[in-house]
Amino acid sequence: MNTFTLGLIVLIYLLSLTYLGIKGYRQTKTSSDYLLAGRQIHPFVMAVSYGATFISSSAIIGFGGIAANFGMGLIWLTFLNMFVGVVIAFIFFGRKTREMGHKLDAHTFPEFIGKSFNSKSIQIFAGALIFVSMPLYAAVVLKGGAVFIEKIFEIDYNIALFVFTLIIAAYVVAGGIKGVMYTDALQGSIMFISMFFLLFWTYKTIGMNFSEANRNLTEMAQLVPEKLQSMGHLGWTSMPAFGSSWWYTLVTSLIMGVGIGVLAQPQLVVRFMTVRSNKELNRAVLIGTVFIAVTTGIIYTVGAVSNIFFMQTEGKIAIEVLKDVDKIIPEFIKLAMPSWFAAVFMLTILSASMSTLSSQFHAMGSSIGRDVVSTLMKRPHNNTLITRLGVVVSIIVSYIICYTLSMGVIARGTAIFFGICAASFLPAYFCAIYWKRATRKAAFASMVSGFGISLLMLLFTHQKESAALGISQAIFGKPALFDQMPWPVLDPIMIALPISIVVIVAVSLLTPKQKAVTVAA
Amino acid sequence: MFGISDPGIYLAYLLVFLCVIFAVVYGIVNWNKGGTDNTLPLEEDIKWEEEELKIKEDEA
Repeated sequence: MNTFTLGLIVLIYLLSLTYLGIKGYRQTKTSSDYLLAGRQIHPFVMAVSYGATFISSSAIIGFGGIAANFGMGLIWLTFLNMFVGVVIAFIFFGRKTREMGHKLDAHTFPEFIGKSFNSKSIQIFAGALIFVSMPLYAAVVLKGGAVFIEKIFEIDYNIALFVFTLIIAAYVVAGGIKGVMYTDALQGSIMFISMFFLLFWTYKTIGMNFSEANRNLTEMAQLVPEKLQSMGHLGWTSMPAFGSSWWYTLVTSLIMGVGIGVLAQPQLVVRFMTVRSNKELNRAVLIGTVFIAVTTGIIYTVGAVSNIFFMQTEGKIAIEVLKDVDKIIPEFIKLAMPSWFAAVFMLTILSASMSTLSSQFHAMGSSIGRDVVSTLMKRPHNNTLITRLGVVVSIIVSYIICYTLSMGVIARGTAIFFGICAASFLPAYFCAIYWKRATRKAAFASMVSGFGISLLMLLFTHQKESAALGISQAIFGKPALFDQMPWPVLDPIMIALPISIVVIVAVSLLTPKQKAVTVAA
Repeated sequence: MFGISDPGIYLAYLLVFLCVIFAVVYGIVNWNKGGTDNTLPLEEDIKWEEEELKIKEDEA
């Protein structure tokens, strides 16, 4: 494909985004419009926006690369993404969140939890926590998009990153959540259609059907490099050896962390509050589940199958061709797909990154602007300007963090953020909806303990982070505090979330009942 | 099944399919349900809100 056609496709795409951003901007008059789209969003837009926000370049590039390296065990994540991330989230959390959100007049996730427990401290703490920890997640997604632009356009990475950040900044700052959700819906639709083509063309290229490819992959198990075998890798169509280090990473970090963490993602929860009634949520269950099944199910399967392609063309498995996990999917697309599709797929990746980033920036901006600054200043909550400033600050912070990242961190960065959210917010969020007996102090204690333990484990026990951060080395003289399995590979969520649950139950029972503000049934 | 020997993997695929079927059926059955906007405040809620505001004012 020549540069002119490629440029034209991208130009049409950017013009469409600009149109939708302006449409969102024109319809944004109040802070409720900016934060919740006036609670009038169409179910298709809501569901696809939710899916597109959830599935970022991290899922496609980062987790797709993990599937190429470690195989189809990641399909469990697809299942949890659908079942927990959509079915449970919409039916058991979404409806109540929407109803309570409206009654409490909450506009952001921290405001929702804060008002549920009638506590400004909870709102401020939650807002600050999001603002501090989300830039890591935004930075890995930003990197995923920028690397792809760099590859396809063959331009300098720094320029790619700068231009990419500017484009997203323009429509998030101007359009608020309407601009974000309209562009999400367009981007989600592009993602959805591209995935079917990717699946079809992958099997066509390797000249096999689904079963034949799987049999071939099963037979390739002997080609797994020794280093990966020692980590528990038993082949691309098998789960890792039970109790091995890779098993812990796959099950505790990637599957549980991301699979359950989705329930307490601020940028996703806020979407429940953008629709008018439960009818929209019921319809969104169908649309959202199919969307996630198609996007993640296909990329994880294709990721594993890409090993057959690399074997046929290069005589080596994917990770031996490309040492960096994050580069496997982009390279596979470039080599195996027709060139016009590489351009369309680039739009898919850009779409996936932009839809996630725009929501992240919106969530961070509203956290710092509305939940922290406005609440501390005790100003009336109708100031969109502070939120817009918050968005600008969060974009700059994420942009700076992006420079400090090493390669191969995309999936891990995502899992860390999802894990922190689950441990810090999930028990309080659940109790805000379903357990009237939960008290303000208990919710606060649960959030602090969930976050605190996650942080301590990242600093001192989970080796990947503790070794990279070096604090454990400086204080205790070793990269991680405990050597015996499973501590170095046990994800913080496995300890922090149960403790956070115990804390909210125990403290609630020990503190006096307070008058419930929740509308829990 | 489908060339996959590990039950741990095909169980995951099976669950993905079952989940899609459930969501499609659920979505179709409930397509037009839940349409009434029950977020509009009921009289009782308004009363409750007023009471809450009073309590807050007293606290302040």
